[in-house]
Amino acid sequence: MSRLESSCSDVSGATTEYVTMEIAGQLFGVPIVLVEDVFFPQSITPVPLSPDEVAGILNLRGKIVTAICMRTRLGLPATENLEGAMAIGVAHQNETYGLIIDKIGEVLRLPCEGLEATPSNLDSHWRMIAGGVHKLDGRLMVVLDVTKVLETGLQAAA
Amino acid sequence: MDDLLSDFLTETAESLDVVDVELVQFEKDPNDGAILDNIFRLVHTIKGTCGFLGLPRLEALAHAAETLMGRFRDGAEVTPQSVTTILASIDRIKEILSELEATEAEPEGSDQDLIDQLNAMAGHGSPQAEQLAACEEAGAQQLDRELRPGEVSLEELEAAFRNAPGPESDESPAACEPAPPAIEPAAAMPAPAKDAEAANKEKKDAPAKKQSIRVNVDTLEELMTMVSELVLTRNQLLEMVRRLQDSEFAGPLQRLSSVTAELQEGIMKTRMQPIGNAWQKLPRLVRDLSNDLNKPIELVMNGAETELDRQVLELIKDPLTHMVRNSADHGLEMPDERIAANKPETGTVTLSAYHQGGHIIIEIADDGKGLDVEKIKEKVIENGLATEAELAEMSDPQIQKFIFKAGFSTAKVVTSVSGRGVGMDVVRTNIELIGGSVDVQSKAGEGSVFYIKIPLTLAIVSALIVRCGDHRFAIPQLSVLELVRAQPGSDHRIEMINATPVLRLRNKLLPLVHLRELLEIKPAAPGAAGEAAADTVSQLLEAAGKPGEPDAGAGGEPASADGQSAEGEAESQGFIIVVQVANQTFGIVVDDVFDTEEIVVKPMSTMLRDVAMFSGNTILGDGSVIMIVDPNGVAQALQSQSGSMPDAGDAAEEAEAEILNLADRTESLLLFRAGSDTPKAVPLSLVTRLEEIDVANIETTNGRDLVQYRGALMPLVYVDEGMTRKETGEQPVLVFVDNDRAMGLVVDEIVDIVDEPLKVEVAADKPGLAGSAVVRGQATEILDVGYYLPLAFDDWFQRKEQGDAARTPRLLLVDDSAFFRNMLGPVLMAAGYQVTTVESASRALQLKENGAHYEIIVSDIEMPEMDGFAFAEALRGDAAWGRTPLIALSSLCTPEAIERGRACGFHDYVAKFDRQGLLETLKETTMPIGEAA
Repeated sequence: MSRLESSCSDVSGATTEYVTMEIAGQLFGVPIVLVEDVFFPQSITPVPLSPDEVAGILNLRGKIVTAICMRTRLGLPATENLEGAMAIGVAHQNETYGLIIDKIGEVLRLPCEGLEATPSNLDSHWRMIAGGVHKLDGRLMVVLDVTKVLETGLQAAA
Repeated sequence: MDDLLSDFLTETAESLDVVDVELVQFEKDPNDGAILDNIFRLVHTIKGTCGFLGLPRLEALAHAAETLMGRFRDGAEVTPQSVTTILASIDRIKEILSELEATEAEPEGSDQDLIDQLNAMAGHGSPQAEQLAACEEAGAQQLDRELRPGEVSLEELEAAFRNAPGPESDESPAACEPAPPAIEPAAAMPAPAKDAEAANKEKKDAPAKKQSIRVNVDTLEELMTMVSELVLTRNQLLEMVRRLQDSEFAGPLQRLSSVTAELQEGIMKTRMQPIGNAWQKLPRLVRDLSNDLNKPIELVMNGAETELDRQVLELIKDPLTHMVRNSADHGLEMPDERIAANKPETGTVTLSAYHQGGHIIIEIADDGKGLDVEKIKEKVIENGLATEAELAEMSDPQIQKFIFKAGFSTAKVVTSVSGRGVGMDVVRTNIELIGGSVDVQSKAGEGSVFYIKIPLTLAIVSALIVRCGDHRFAIPQLSVLELVRAQPGSDHRIEMINATPVLRLRNKLLPLVHLRELLEIKPAAPGAAGEAAADTVSQLLEAAGKPGEPDAGAGGEPASADGQSAEGEAESQGFIIVVQVANQTFGIVVDDVFDTEEIVVKPMSTMLRDVAMFSGNTILGDGSVIMIVDPNGVAQALQSQSGSMPDAGDAAEEAEAEILNLADRTESLLLFRAGSDTPKAVPLSLVTRLEEIDVANIETTNGRDLVQYRGALMPLVYVDEGMTRKETGEQPVLVFVDNDRAMGLVVDEIVDIVDEPLKVEVAADKPGLAGSAVVRGQATEILDVGYYLPLAFDDWFQRKEQGDAARTPRLLLVDDSAFFRNMLGPVLMAAGYQVTTVESASRALQLKENGAHYEIIVSDIEMPEMDGFAFAEALRGDAAWGRTPLIALSSLCTPEAIERGRACGFHDYVAKFDRQGLLETLKETTMPIGEAA
């Protein structure tokens, strides 16, 4: 439950605003306070020997950003074609990371109490980085725990 | 202005600003201890510094104020009068300070009035009555002073009085009303006093603007980074505009460019500090040395104003101090020697700094006796840094450079000053760390000059941009020695030893590593490669033909090795970047070399920091991000590279590419020829005897060649199977004896015995070879004797176990070097031990955890992660292994190391190459066990 609380604790009141996005057809959400940027990942320089989910590094307005392929992070086949792909910039320990996603969606304000714990039967890759699930009209939104996403690939492999 | 004085003024002015605010508070609540403490501290500091700087007037005043405040701190009652007096004193201090700043001298005048008041208050419990007396006294003194003509100008007197509590001062009517006699002379001329005050005010303000301010270093660093970014962005824009012709951007961009350049220069300036800052302590140091050593020394400093980056400055401070100390201690002779040599009695150490092409050169010169080449030679031989024969071939300057080697000190006696034997080596290392270099020139009898060459700044580094597959990487120019273009058929071609690439470069074998393999990069997609190649043709030619790089292959015919596969072609050609890391030189093979670019190194994100091959990343002029290759990481990878080689096959384990860095130790090697023309070698310590055997005596039984030798049959083993034995005459044989068994290794010709540092540079996995090394400038194969022993006796290693398992002590050999494990393992087995080898102390501890048991443990000392000492300490007191005899095996056999080994719990300490010594030690150690059994 602590993870649930932490997702909500950074917003006062009983609601949290989420930036929604789509990865492999699934709706995800990241608390808006964590999102610094939304951009098209361009001219990514691959980094040899890096963890699988690291798509490479790129220049975002003079800042070097490490791009993470969310599909790989979720244990799915990597995004082959980055044309049209989007990325959200998130800050983590004074560094900026770009999470490569398929599509960016709208911003939703959702009540905190609507957040449910991650179902235990999810794939381990998913369970590890999910911070809960919101039940929306007709679809489910998985909340991404950004800190967990950015913890090194070591655990992802485990 | 004197630096010290200006520092003092800046600092004091800052504190005064703080105190100003607090004074108001102090007035309201005179009994607040914290405020009092602050003011006390300020006054105390001023007092201390003034005494040091020779400012008696400030010192006296501050002292009196401090005394009074000390009393308050002790609990004396704080009265409004005393507050006023303290405020007045602070004001007076400010006044004197501003005068000091304007004229660099204390204004003349006296503060006796205030001092007396302060003293009076401090000295007596009830200030009121004393105050009167004090004021009167002060007045009297003032009058007294006035009688002396010309000593005190009226204006200054006025100034002095202005701050003395006067009648108009509301808070202190009681304190100074009784002092009219003192004020009268001044009051007589009120108008000029006001003028003076106004003038004074102006004077005070003007210098205040010139004052330096303190800026947090982090802020400066940040600014520096931002400006670097700006410069890069500007370069990007310039590049874009260059492509467009007649762009309307050209004009504004030109202005932007020049402004940026100025901004960069300005910011750089803020990081710059005169090198004199690093020299400040030297005069005192030299003076003390002069006293300690009883020799008059003069220190001359030139170019103290030469500026360099503060980061660099910090880093060279210590090496510099050390070198000056060395020059004074070792360099300069004693006065009597100097006089005998017709030199002035006083020795001179000259320190100079100047710019030279993007670098700063610092010279430390002494007019002493110069470096004693003979003494250095002795020491070099004594410490085993080189052999006599090698020294004989060296020029004096070459020999002199030995002083920078590790473990070198010629001082006969270790003094408190120098001679700890680490000095110059550490100096060199520190300077090389920041991309500098150090050199020495010395003339016997005339003195020595040390040159330190250091870069101006570390913020921007120059890097070589290379291509490998579709990727581009930056390699810091700092570690790049030269560029070689390799092509099949040209002088420089990549040769293979067991699929391991090497390059012959000026009679040295240079280990090579393909960046592509190291980084596991797939070959460039054909389209992309072609494109990239087309892009860079001009730069490529430029790089190849660079006049500064004589080794860049001068053209040569295009690669056209018929029948060679495309891949093979790619393997054997490319650009080789010769890189030096510490003592290790190797080549990195890349597909292309572009240009050099100035880059700002940015740290890798945490997620990528584990990739040891990169030291950071940066944004290039064209806006793309690029990884910076870390030569250190590559060097490490080169050392541990093993199974990753293609076609390594089964023997991969044995073929661990070892770079044995034993440059500091020489090994006697027996050079011989067998089979091929390539010279071969074995460590002499492994060979028992050299024999010439008459081929007529060689008998063949059961498909084996045997010879009668010392009353027994000795099997003969051929180094190379394809080798033909002589028909007649004598056949040279290397005899390896172990207890009652002997083996003869047949060779074609024994060439020589040489003492050389054994540095196995390239490992081969051909059976029987431990690797290749450069011996006497020739690539030489080092034989793995362990391979041949079982050829002579199938049961060489097993027989003893079978014979008497109980008497076969189990031995654990811990050594990180595969070469030694392979070399020593068989030797120890042959000596009748049941040997288990592990490559690290942690693995050994793991065995312990698993319940393994050994009668004796032999451990290397120099190992990564956990060294032998730590290993010994970990074992000591352990229930299972604590009592197992532990023998240290090390190439480092200094008395200190041996002592330390014993302290850590090693039973004995044996030099790595002392095979006989090791066996004897083992015998001694295990004897009781054998007897008991």
